[in-house]
Amino acid sequence: MMSMKKSQWVGLAILFALLVFSLGGMAFSPYSISQQDLNAVMEPPSATHWLGTDHFGRSMFTRMAHAVGLSFALSLLCMFTSSLVGTAFGVWSVWGGKKVDVAMGIVVNILLALPGLVVVLLFAAIAPGSFLVLYLAISLVQWVEYYRVVRAVTQGVIQSPARQSSQMMGFGRWYQFKRHIWPAISPSVFTLAAFGGANAILTMASLGFVYVGIQPPLAELGLMTVELFPFYSEAPWLLAQPLLVIALMVFAFHLLAGKRA
Amino acid sequence: MKAMLLRRVLQLITVVWGVGTLTFILMRSLPGDMAYRIAASRYGQDNVNSEAAALVRAELQLDQSPWVAYWHWLTDLLQFKLGDSLVSGLPVMDSVQHMLGHSLLLALSGLLLSVLIAVPLGLLSAWRGNPLDSVFMGLSSVIRAMPVFVVGVLLLLLFALNWRLFPVAGFGTPAHLVLPAFTLAISLAAVSNRVVRDSAKQTFQAAFYRFSRVKGLSEWQTFRQHGVRNIAVPVVAFFGIQLVSMIEGIVMIESLFSWPGIGHGLAHAIFARDIPVIQGSALVMGILFVLLNTLVDMICLWIDPRGVKA
Repeated sequence: MMSMKKSQWVGLAILFALLVFSLGGMAFSPYSISQQDLNAVMEPPSATHWLGTDHFGRSMFTRMAHAVGLSFALSLLCMFTSSLVGTAFGVWSVWGGKKVDVAMGIVVNILLALPGLVVVLLFAAIAPGSFLVLYLAISLVQWVEYYRVVRAVTQGVIQSPARQSSQMMGFGRWYQFKRHIWPAISPSVFTLAAFGGANAILTMASLGFVYVGIQPPLAELGLMTVELFPFYSEAPWLLAQPLLVIALMVFAFHLLAGKRA
Repeated sequence: MKAMLLRRVLQLITVVWGVGTLTFILMRSLPGDMAYRIAASRYGQDNVNSEAAALVRAELQLDQSPWVAYWHWLTDLLQFKLGDSLVSGLPVMDSVQHMLGHSLLLALSGLLLSVLIAVPLGLLSAWRGNPLDSVFMGLSSVIRAMPVFVVGVLLLLLFALNWRLFPVAGFGTPAHLVLPAFTLAISLAAVSNRVVRDSAKQTFQAAFYRFSRVKGLSEWQTFRQHGVRNIAVPVVAFFGIQLVSMIEGIVMIESLFSWPGIGHGLAHAIFARDIPVIQGSALVMGILFVLLNTLVDMICLWIDPRGVKA
């Protein structure tokens, strides 16, 4: 395992705490995310509703747990998919020869021609409220980052005498990748993955905020911000919850990344 | 210069093709019968019958084969025939032009403000060092962790609803511009002040910079003649990278403050499934992205002529 700085441990600890909160909330809460209680609307935190209730009397604790869980699910899925795809294509485009590299270059330039959020918005337009489409669109945008970094680093490693003698001694490609390429690219991939996780959360919240992401009655952090915004003066503690949690999650991922963007 | 411009033209073509193709796929993949959907958004859910649908189908030529339709779609696009809005029936071109003006105003004032915030703060933290440096860096880390709309919501709550200094949303007077522009500026400056600081620190420690102090130039002369340009090169280049987050920020901020720009238009069009408007606003947003990138490239070349040969 890599050695991690103190700030990275802090980031990991925050993420872990949020994950425990989310899983615990989903598993043990007696309420469901859409269960309304119109006699108890916008209540402050109490023993029955630990984080209060929203404008429909739904348990905020349960909704926050589900929203955080959704954010985690999306960010982890996007992280794995885009890092895997990006790394694989990055190595392939160096190793596979000129033709592969040129073809990949064209694909990447097409994807980079538009700002990422616009691409995701266009995909979200195809199927509004679909988690799957959101996940595919964000991964499609994010893998390019990994591809570019991995390709740049791998180009140096491929030419190195160590890798070349490894090849001449008859070691297979998988061994060469494991022994020479992976150690060189892994720090960058981990850093990118942490930032990617943060960006996935931001993107989903942003889409929820402009009302084209996950649709009600599901709980989603950006969507909850919009829903609770009209009640900011009566129940500021409600609006504060999703805002705080988004910032906390992104901050934790940034800490985990260690390096600065 | 030529190679740079050629690259940008290629990017422009890619943008047009990409947006055109994506919106075409979008048009084709909508669930349900196109004609019924459009008729429903035009006349309301209750007034749709097969007659209205047939009318829409004939008017918009919805019964072509996919490839013919794709070809028509792209050729129309190349002639800048963006069509009419499915909902309001107004030409997309007009509304997009209207939105572009507002978005440009917001983008440029936000960018300008972010430069005015980030450059002095970055220079100050490089000049003074700790503890000021740590305070600014910590502050920018915290702001960076917040999505643009959270910054916007906080500003809105404080300045518009709590102290009632500025209007909540809308447009028309300069006061309406203040909060959106500041939201954009703060979120951009939280990232770029680091770049200014790093670049300034590097320049201050460079051998050539110290030498000019040793040979007798005053602090200010040294900064003006040897500092400014060298610090500016990475900073301006970074503004090019930041354009992505600027465009993304515009989408969010315009929706939050009901600023009638392209981002607002795009979000609304997606919500209403108004495909010609989606295409128009995504297209203009992409073109804006390419143009601003070209501008940044040119400024980079102007500041640092060493890049011309490369």
